[in-house]
Amino acid sequence: MREGAADPGLYDFRPYRDRARIAWPEGKTVAVWVSPNLEYYEIDPAANPHRKSWAKPHPDVVGYAHRDYANRVGHWRMAEVMSKHGFPGSVSLSVALCDHIPEVVLDANARGWEFFSHGIYNTRYSYGMDERQERAIIEDSIRTVRDLTGQTIKGWLAPALTHTPRTLDLIAEYGLTYTCDLYHDDQPGPVHVADGRLISMPYSLEVNDHYGFFVYNMSPRDYADTLIRQFDRLAAEGERSGTVMCIPLHSYLIGQPHRIGAFEEVLRHIAADGRAWITRSGDIADHFLANDYDAAVADAARYARAV
Amino acid sequence: MALDPAYLEYPRRARGMDHDLYGYSNLFERPPVVWAGGKTVAVPIVVSLEWFPIVPEDKPFRAPGHMQTAYPDYRHYTSREYGTRVGFYRLLDAFAKVGARVSVATNAAIAERYPSVIREIVAAGHEIVAHSTDMNGTIATGLDEADERALIAASLDTLERVAGVRPTAWASIARSQSWNTPRLLAEAGVRTMLDWVNDDLPYRMDTPSGGIVNLPLNHELSDRQIITVQQQSAESYAEQIRDAFGWLDGEAQRYGGRMLPLHVTPYVMGLPYRIGAFEALLAWLAAQPGAAFETVTAVTEAVFPAI
Repeated sequence: MREGAADPGLYDFRPYRDRARIAWPEGKTVAVWVSPNLEYYEIDPAANPHRKSWAKPHPDVVGYAHRDYANRVGHWRMAEVMSKHGFPGSVSLSVALCDHIPEVVLDANARGWEFFSHGIYNTRYSYGMDERQERAIIEDSIRTVRDLTGQTIKGWLAPALTHTPRTLDLIAEYGLTYTCDLYHDDQPGPVHVADGRLISMPYSLEVNDHYGFFVYNMSPRDYADTLIRQFDRLAAEGERSGTVMCIPLHSYLIGQPHRIGAFEEVLRHIAADGRAWITRSGDIADHFLANDYDAAVADAARYARAV
Repeated sequence: MALDPAYLEYPRRARGMDHDLYGYSNLFERPPVVWAGGKTVAVPIVVSLEWFPIVPEDKPFRAPGHMQTAYPDYRHYTSREYGTRVGFYRLLDAFAKVGARVSVATNAAIAERYPSVIREIVAAGHEIVAHSTDMNGTIATGLDEADERALIAASLDTLERVAGVRPTAWASIARSQSWNTPRLLAEAGVRTMLDWVNDDLPYRMDTPSGGIVNLPLNHELSDRQIITVQQQSAESYAEQIRDAFGWLDGEAQRYGGRMLPLHVTPYVMGLPYRIGAFEALLAWLAAQPGAAFETVTAVTEAVFPAI
């Protein structure tokens, strides 16, 4: 990015018109990926001068225990429902979970889920890191996930969404191909980096379960309706050019007994619809890079000339 | 600029939890719990019965629901008192209608100020759970250990004197604890605490002063969370509880007994326009073949006969 500039220069403007057509496999119109955050929050984390972790003095019992529910209860309930309806996960992973509770990570791996990094812990923030420190957490992420699961991560969602101006350049340098930190589009697109190719993978804050339940204060059934409306719209628009729908989840929220049943109906709806390419973020990235990346760059150049 | 090098050191990054309070445990891999009479879902009901001094204290923190305006805050002082004078009696009648024995988490100040309320609770066969002294009796790290020990003793002693029975269960205000709380509660003879919300069944913690059971009183299912925080209706609350029951009842067929704790507040659920939805919910639960209304102590003893 252009550090300090008013426009950070993350990507070129491409209006949602006249774009090169994205064609997903088998004529599907919307690529659907479910993204469980498998996280570990520390009970007594070191302090980052730029962001406080827990609201209360440590131990923040409710804050910590609520998130711990994910690993004891929520993950297992959520994962079974996803597998039952044929949805793999693309996991935003606090990689230290590999050390603390490998059972959860290995369960996801055995289900055919993909992992990308969500930092070391969701209580360690990137704000204030120098380049050497940021390289250390990227290298740690790659190594830790590979050691436990054999997978090589392709993507990044910054820990607790905390960035530095050099994050995107660095992850591209290490060979990662997608970032989930940019929310400007319903299709993947090229991101400007110093070297290599990096794309933005449409994630979503708006239909993230955390936003649904704690920003918009939805009931479980209202949230399920929201996901179905989001899907139906993106599936319809995808007739023109393939779209992406991400369902970002936290199993300490969606895996609660009053929410999981309504969520299961969403998966049932999407699986039965027939228009969804039910897949993983890395597969979407691979497909876009192989088939659509160059055309998107050309679209951006054409638009820039026309302006 | 860089962060302190210690920020990238993780001294507790190892197998298991990052603290010594309890170990990791997967709900779905434990030996099945069996409830008496072949019931599938135990439903402990906890009512918070609280007295808010009109002079709030902020050390260690101001309790949720406490005074909000400049002194004197008549509106919040009297609205909370409404719960004790009126709403609580609506709840008692509702419990009587379905024959439910419940657990009343009571400030000691209620016993001192309104001993007839305590006598009525005990006469109806309900259980008294100690809930601090009054709503200025909050606990968090920073509270001196001797002061915390004295606060716990004052609450238990006063409630025992008025109720005739020493409480063996404890609920902290806002579920907030210090690092010392589980040990101090065990030291005071408390067998069940209701503060950690990381599970769907009771589990055991070991402290230097002995074992204590944590019964997770799910805050996500409380009337305060669903109605006051998330601003949903009493009807939506009831629907969410019914959905949760349905899911847990299904799980119980495969994994053993489940628990659905209800946590209600007289000044929230005891209002004229909400109590009807709650009464209907209780009637619905009473009609479910798998449901069993139990006190928190009965649930603890069923899971941990000896602690």
